[in-house]
Amino acid sequence: MSEQQPVKLIGAFGSPFAHRAEVALKLKGVPYELILEDLENKSDLLLTHNPVHNMVPVLLHGDETVCESLVIVEYVDETFDGPPLLPKNSYDRAKARFWAHFIEHRCLKPFWLSMWTEGEVQTEFMEETKQNLTLLEAQLNGKKFFGGDTIGYLDLAACMLAQWHDALEKVTGVSLVTDDDFPGLRRWAKEYTSNEAVKQCLPKRDLLVTYFGLHKQKYKSFANALVSQ
Amino acid sequence: MIPYLHPGTLNIYEPFVKAMAGEGDELKLLGMWASPFVLRTRLALSFKGLSHDYIEEEIFGNKSKLLLMSNPVHKKVPVLIHNGKAICESQVIVQYIDEVFTGTDRPSLLPANPYDRAVARFWATYIDDKLFTSFMTMIKGKTSEEKAEGRKQSFAVAETLEGALKELSKGKPFFGGDNVGYLDIALGGFVAWVHTGDILSGSKQFDANKTPLLAAWFERFCALDATKAVMPDVEKLVDLSKMRQARDDAAAAAVSQSS
Repeated sequence: MSEQQPVKLIGAFGSPFAHRAEVALKLKGVPYELILEDLENKSDLLLTHNPVHNMVPVLLHGDETVCESLVIVEYVDETFDGPPLLPKNSYDRAKARFWAHFIEHRCLKPFWLSMWTEGEVQTEFMEETKQNLTLLEAQLNGKKFFGGDTIGYLDLAACMLAQWHDALEKVTGVSLVTDDDFPGLRRWAKEYTSNEAVKQCLPKRDLLVTYFGLHKQKYKSFANALVSQ
Repeated sequence: MIPYLHPGTLNIYEPFVKAMAGEGDELKLLGMWASPFVLRTRLALSFKGLSHDYIEEEIFGNKSKLLLMSNPVHKKVPVLIHNGKAICESQVIVQYIDEVFTGTDRPSLLPANPYDRAVARFWATYIDDKLFTSFMTMIKGKTSEEKAEGRKQSFAVAETLEGALKELSKGKPFFGGDNVGYLDIALGGFVAWVHTGDILSGSKQFDANKTPLLAAWFERFCALDATKAVMPDVEKLVDLSKMRQARDDAAAAAVSQSS
């Protein structure tokens, strides 16, 4: 696919996954059209281009369609010129992919469930999240970003722990990623949200708070249903 | 807070520790014979023609020091150790060996084109999210209704994969086209479990009536020399499944008696 073919990104307000894809395009300097979905009323465009999951983000590049946020990030990195998002070295790339998988499955999932469950179940998810975030924080090891001085793949994978985390804790009152417990991650979050490319795609915190507040009941129901399975 | 570690102690926060010194291209794989993720990795090594030492971890025994050192985060197999550097997670391992070991005698698993690579990665993620989850529900479901629901989900997933195979193979034998590729190997890791399930249930997971392309793919993939070289003993898997089922049934009976 020629780099010159038009790029469209189907996203949705508030989606950290769509944010990942959008930041990747911004970092590479790729012009694109952003199409915002109403997730309560999904468009034919979304349903036809992601028939398997019916979810955002979806990248349309000419005639081609790419789904899954981290798959999109790798595709953007491989297709377009600009600063590399993944490390050049194969071993470092393997480490980045390993930690992205860890973030997705061992951090973000229990983190999300910590927000919307209650009682003993919530306590367990919070413990699991804290243990895993401790391992993740160690990967920063004093660096500005996970990959070093410049923002990259793993920072995008962890984006929910920046802006979204603050909004979620405000809506739910659940305090997880504090300055005392995770000074490294809090420092990283400030660096992440100060990045020029990220700022252009970052939803405002107070709008996120409103958004999560509106959907609170729905998230609680889904979380509790998932847990009771 | 990250606890202080005295210098010289094992850094448990670094998953890729230098397990041992190696020279040239030394490959070791830590595995467990019944694991589909280990099989996936062994298939990749087999199809790439990569010789390696295989070290079996005990199923019910203690985990080895080498495993705990080289995958302190998850303490799970597979772990590939390449010249002393450890790589974990089966899909990460397969991509790593595909990138590192190239050349005319080392066929590429991932396609050359970024878009085709993205499609392969999408479906590999789908297989791990949906197919694996449905299999686990079938095996570990607490009630017979839950297990039946898992089986129903697994058939739905198979139908979706049938569509993917039709689109990606374009009439050729494999997801990768003429030759086995990344996605064939991603799904291939599950062939031993599928075969075992077929024997235990008396019916086919990849039914030729519902998913003809997948059924044909399954037979074809299992018949390849590179697959047969690493395929676990399915009869042993059947025995293991029966043993695990009996153990779970006994545990469930004990719980219901005591309550």
